[in-house]
Amino acid sequence: MTVMTPAAADRVPAGTPTVGSGSVVLRALLRNKLAVLALAVLVLLLAAALFAPLIAPYDPNSQDLLLRLRPPAWQDGGSGAHPLGTDQLGRDMLSRVIYGARVSLLVGAGAALLAGAIGTVVGLVSGYFGGWADRVLMRLADIQLAFPALLLALAIVGFLGSGLWYVILVLGFTGWVSYARVVRSEVMSLRSRDFITEARAIGVTDATIMRRHLLPNVMAPLATIATLHVAAAVVAEASLSYLGLGVPKETVTWGSMLADGQLYLGTSWWVAVFPGIALMLTSLAINITGDALRDVADPKAYRR
Amino acid sequence: MTMDRQTRDHSPHPVDAEPLLQIKHLSVDFRLPTSVVHAVQDVSLAVHAGETLAVVGESGSGKSATALSVLGLNPTPPCVYTGGEILFDGHDLLKLSEKELGRIRGRDIAMVFQDPMTSLDPLQHVGAQVAEVLGHHTGMSRAEAREAALAALDEVGIPDPAQRYRQYPHELSGGLRQRVMIATALVGRPRVLIADEPTTALDVTVQRQILDLLVTLQHKHDMAVVLITHDLAVVAETADRVAVMNKGEVVESGDVLDVFDRPADDYTRRLLAVTPRLEAA
Repeated sequence: MTVMTPAAADRVPAGTPTVGSGSVVLRALLRNKLAVLALAVLVLLLAAALFAPLIAPYDPNSQDLLLRLRPPAWQDGGSGAHPLGTDQLGRDMLSRVIYGARVSLLVGAGAALLAGAIGTVVGLVSGYFGGWADRVLMRLADIQLAFPALLLALAIVGFLGSGLWYVILVLGFTGWVSYARVVRSEVMSLRSRDFITEARAIGVTDATIMRRHLLPNVMAPLATIATLHVAAAVVAEASLSYLGLGVPKETVTWGSMLADGQLYLGTSWWVAVFPGIALMLTSLAINITGDALRDVADPKAYRR
Repeated sequence: MTMDRQTRDHSPHPVDAEPLLQIKHLSVDFRLPTSVVHAVQDVSLAVHAGETLAVVGESGSGKSATALSVLGLNPTPPCVYTGGEILFDGHDLLKLSEKELGRIRGRDIAMVFQDPMTSLDPLQHVGAQVAEVLGHHTGMSRAEAREAALAALDEVGIPDPAQRYRQYPHELSGGLRQRVMIATALVGRPRVLIADEPTTALDVTVQRQILDLLVTLQHKHDMAVVLITHDLAVVAETADRVAVMNKGEVVESGDVLDVFDRPADDYTRRLLAVTPRLEAA
């Protein structure tokens, strides 16, 4: 039953495009040329990581000492058989760079997810409840920040031993603070907004308010920090591997390739430069995507 | 407590009837880092089923703090309840746990807030926000809650509810949003509705519609309404009884006609003197 008809001023054309929906975000993202390029690089990297056994021309660990330190194809002495040359043990550089993407992206994504999950929960609880919970959690965050993350990672990996999952765990457990701080401050400003009071007024429980009303509203800054953290974790993994404390030797990583290559920089630059370029491109592409995502995913940007 | 839910006519109530919601000697402080604000001091109010109680006063007079106290929604800290009781259904609401209050909020006592622009979650379909009340309070399935929410949107006069259900708050005008808020408040079939300046943020033509809607729905569902406002014209048109608040205290309360005709308190007299008189009142 209709009680009354609202004035014509009440009418807004139905079916106007909805804010925050995926297609709108994607369209806005595609308008940014640099972001499109970065996204393309990322898709390529992801494909390389996923389908490494199919794409890579050689087993990344198969050695051929007779073909050691061959230069890339376009230099004198190079051949099409090894487009990016070979390393000091005669392993194919192209195959190793492709396989290296696997560890880098896995560690990057894994660490960002883990840190994001911890940091988001801490930030939500801290910002929503305030009081002693907030004080305890934020002092923990301060303690965490006072520790140089890489040094802590070094100590833990050195103690527990190296391994892919240890690296992910360590980088995840050291990276949660920035998520927690940003989520906390967002939640603190959201908490006093009327729609949270309104949700409480209709009897919604705290846990549901956090999950259904607060979490979606902090997703935009979260996504941005997460992308930047992926890039940081990729570099951190490379640093650990470079120091020999990352993943075991037989797993190919850009960091350990860099470490191997530096011995031959004077004579065979390609051994260090190609993993370096891969690392830099990955980190750059993720950062650019993250920046573009921040500009685009902010619902405030669409407000009419 | 047995409820007298028979249909009443919109006239003064027998004095002996048990009030549905009764605030007795409520005092609320806000303890700020540098000072203590006595927001509500020894306030007593009562409202019966089917009746509208208007609480009038200027900004900072303690109207909203009193209203939010009923559902325990004042931010604590800094808010501290220093005395009094709020009786509903034989319980003192101030003594209930957060969990027990959660069962009353939205189902027995509902609220409509002042600003419909900020009271809806910007990232959720408005229909889902209406249905959320039901999902929380009843064992309804998703489909049932959706049906009930659609019916509630229809009841508050939202055209094409099925279409509106899937829209976001920013796609609706202020008047439509306030209708959504009212639907959210009413879908749980509360016995008491607290409307905290429900029309202040709306423009004049829409204000009128929203007030008419509230009155119509009140009669239909025999609700007690606590209407918080600073607009005496609104009080004259809609309320049965009125309580005038100033600086955290109730300075005068009684039947609307009595208070308007024979204001006993000096503040009420001054308030009435500065109100443009309605010929029809």
